[in-house]
Amino acid sequence: MAEKSYDVVVVGSGPGGYVAAIRASQLGLKAAVVERSEIGGICLNWGCIPTKALLRSAEIYHNIERAEEFGLKVEGLSFDGTKIVERSRAVAGQLSQGVQFLLKKNKVDVIVGNGSLSGKGKIKVEADGKATEISAKNIILATGARARTLPGLEPDGDTIWSYREAMVPKSIPKSVLVIGSGAIGIEFASFYKTFGADVTVVELLDRVLPVEDEEISAFAAKSFKKQGMNLLTGAKVTDLKKSKTGVTATIDIGGKTETLKAEKVISAVGITGNIEDIGLEKAGVKTDRGHVTVNEWCETSVPNVYAIGDLVGPPWLAHKASHEGVMVAERIAGVKTVHPMDASKIPGCTYCHPQVASVGMTEAAAKDAGHDVKVGRFPFIGNGKAIALGEAEGLIKTVFDAKTGELLGAHMVGAEVTELIQGYTIARQLETTEADLMATVFPHPTLSEMMHESVLDAFGRALHI
Amino acid sequence: MPIPILMPALSPTMEEGTLAKWLVKEGDEVRSGDLIAEIETDKATMEVEAVDEGTVGKLLVAEGTEGVPVNETIAVILEEGEDASAAENVGSSTPAPKPAAQAETADQAKPVKAEAAPPKAAKSKPAGGRVFASPLAKRIAKDKGIDLSAITGSGPRGRIVKTDVEAAPKTAARAAGKAQASMSSIDARAFYEAETYDEIPLNSMRKTIARRLTQSKQEIPHYYLTIDCVLDELLKVRKHLNAEGADAGVKLSVNDFIVRAAALALKKVPEANVSFADDALLQHHHSDVGIAVALEGGLITPIIRRADEKGLAEISAEAKELAARARDKKLSPAEFEGGSFSVSNLGMFGIKNFTAVINPPQAAIMAVGAGEPRPIIVDGEVKAATVMTVTLSCDHRAIDGALGAQLLAAFKSYIEYPPSMLL
Repeated sequence: MAEKSYDVVVVGSGPGGYVAAIRASQLGLKAAVVERSEIGGICLNWGCIPTKALLRSAEIYHNIERAEEFGLKVEGLSFDGTKIVERSRAVAGQLSQGVQFLLKKNKVDVIVGNGSLSGKGKIKVEADGKATEISAKNIILATGARARTLPGLEPDGDTIWSYREAMVPKSIPKSVLVIGSGAIGIEFASFYKTFGADVTVVELLDRVLPVEDEEISAFAAKSFKKQGMNLLTGAKVTDLKKSKTGVTATIDIGGKTETLKAEKVISAVGITGNIEDIGLEKAGVKTDRGHVTVNEWCETSVPNVYAIGDLVGPPWLAHKASHEGVMVAERIAGVKTVHPMDASKIPGCTYCHPQVASVGMTEAAAKDAGHDVKVGRFPFIGNGKAIALGEAEGLIKTVFDAKTGELLGAHMVGAEVTELIQGYTIARQLETTEADLMATVFPHPTLSEMMHESVLDAFGRALHI
Repeated sequence: MPIPILMPALSPTMEEGTLAKWLVKEGDEVRSGDLIAEIETDKATMEVEAVDEGTVGKLLVAEGTEGVPVNETIAVILEEGEDASAAENVGSSTPAPKPAAQAETADQAKPVKAEAAPPKAAKSKPAGGRVFASPLAKRIAKDKGIDLSAITGSGPRGRIVKTDVEAAPKTAARAAGKAQASMSSIDARAFYEAETYDEIPLNSMRKTIARRLTQSKQEIPHYYLTIDCVLDELLKVRKHLNAEGADAGVKLSVNDFIVRAAALALKKVPEANVSFADDALLQHHHSDVGIAVALEGGLITPIIRRADEKGLAEISAEAKELAARARDKKLSPAEFEGGSFSVSNLGMFGIKNFTAVINPPQAAIMAVGAGEPRPIIVDGEVKAATVMTVTLSCDHRAIDGALGAQLLAAFKSYIEYPPSMLL
């Protein structure tokens, strides 16, 4: 039997890979996806989506706890950890099914197995001990990433968890030590805190959510502390001793040593690209510190081999991977209007409580880049809808270039900000200036009015503060 | 603090120029008003004067360097007590002509300006239809004085975005270097063996002609009106006036009459004395008539301002003087930019009739052929007469056919009966 041949073969079916394959197929290219595990990748199965399902349970629980504030009476509130996890798995399952349907609808072949480069325009797919070869004019590597592990902190599936175990707990532990305060660490910290665990977060840098604007991360930290979360910044776990009941951690906090007991440890110290076993070395695809090296068009060092998403480096975000997938598919198809991705237009969202969302440069980054900035701020306490919702805690901050009026960055903390950030993302994409944002009519009463006010404030024109 | 001397913008359209000649050397003392350098622009050679006094610390751009971007530091003047090492710092701290850096330099230090005051910049508005650009791109372009209509957008549906504007000076320079890639979709080199031709690089005037006239023909809907004018009466009057004014040095050419007649025709039909400005017509108060002057390597159209208010002798003297300075490339931009009408005369080469390309922002140009003996019919009889054919090119966006015809008819009546020019 002649081997199968395609215009585009994507290795990995995460949000980068499956989107690339669908777009390629839409453009008339014959496309296939090779997947060794679940369709939809980490995002759908073990990342973005199932954690959002967990956090939704936490949010509802938290709101019911506040029922009296809203004049409601709820008695005997309790939760079933198993059911919460079951729901999260069901959501993931439903979406994975959905992606399989989408691939089928778009006539993308799904090939099950471990795909690897095996010569020019060839991909070897291994499944159940058998290997087959397919040929592809273009290959897109989208194998994603996995949790980075630190020596002594290797997940053991029992007391030391990676995101994967943390997502399917058998029960809610009494105490959790979260190592790393990026989006993943903070989201789990938030989830377990809401369901009553004692949560300690250890962050190497001097603040939690270190990639966010300083003011926003300080605001969030204050809120986390108020909830009873223990935040140790500028701190490092130097030793971890396991016992039957959990771990005893030795933590160095700015030179002082403390010990801390916890039932479970969640290691969230970053991720590393899945560069192994996909034939990179043999094919001559260059890598650098755990990631495939690519140019602005996601081209690797080997012609007609592309790499996208987490595999090529930060920001490790599903929407970045999808966007790159579309870009590469369009470039392969010869679409003329395709542009390289501009990282400053990629929003980032963290679904802790309160939520955090941002796009573009932080105030500090803007100043470092030499911009003369104008900064606007608007607090949730000044917004009618926020008060009506009982969500008066939050801040919307905007950073403008004083000369050109370019919206350099927007940074938010508070209820629903992950849904609001797209407004500023569109503004950045369309290159609006403050004038256009000021001239835009925002609906009342909504949280989005704060986006308007923050812009007005940057230019000394805020109305409600 | 050492004072940087920046490449001056001698006209609103100038993006770069050639540093033709240094008139000072390092170590020379200069005082305000001293000439420092000669800059060759699109159309003219200009002298740059010092506005501050001091010692020339360092010349940063070599003589003969082409394509020096406007606002690039070209030299450094040291104030009293400063030594050359201070100049080194300025030189090295303002290296590559990054647009942002330029703007900053311009803000911080008083740039040396050319003495010939740049003409009041006619607001550069796109000559064509609506230009699609992001609000940010528009604002940056406005701040930096970049004409958006000259930029190709890379955004969705050709929308001009920030990066396009930021890259504009670079793109312009690159395009200029390689036969204006954006203008010509045909690579002429592909059709000929390399050995069969000499490659003559475009000088800045040639580049400007190529760009502006391509733009004109692409954006302006041209149409043409042709009319014959009998010159016998005019020639008689001319002979008479020249004879009488010989002592005073008056020597009127037919072209002087044409300029005056055109200026008066524009006065008589003011609706045709216009420029198209996208959302408006600019109806000019005066008849500023350009005269196309052929130069070595190009052409230029110096303008006789308010020609309707000037007598034939005055027009004649001014035309001669402008043409002479145009040939020496000594015109200031104010003398060849703007205007409301042009006359291009190829009669001296025996050309019977031709059409000319409108010179934006003007809305019409008159192509004048040779005055020659031709048979004409008067009252049913064939007679010999001296006849000149002129063809008017009009911008249909601004001047409709009937209006163009009125203008031409008025011109003809002045030409055929010169005493009416006295009224």
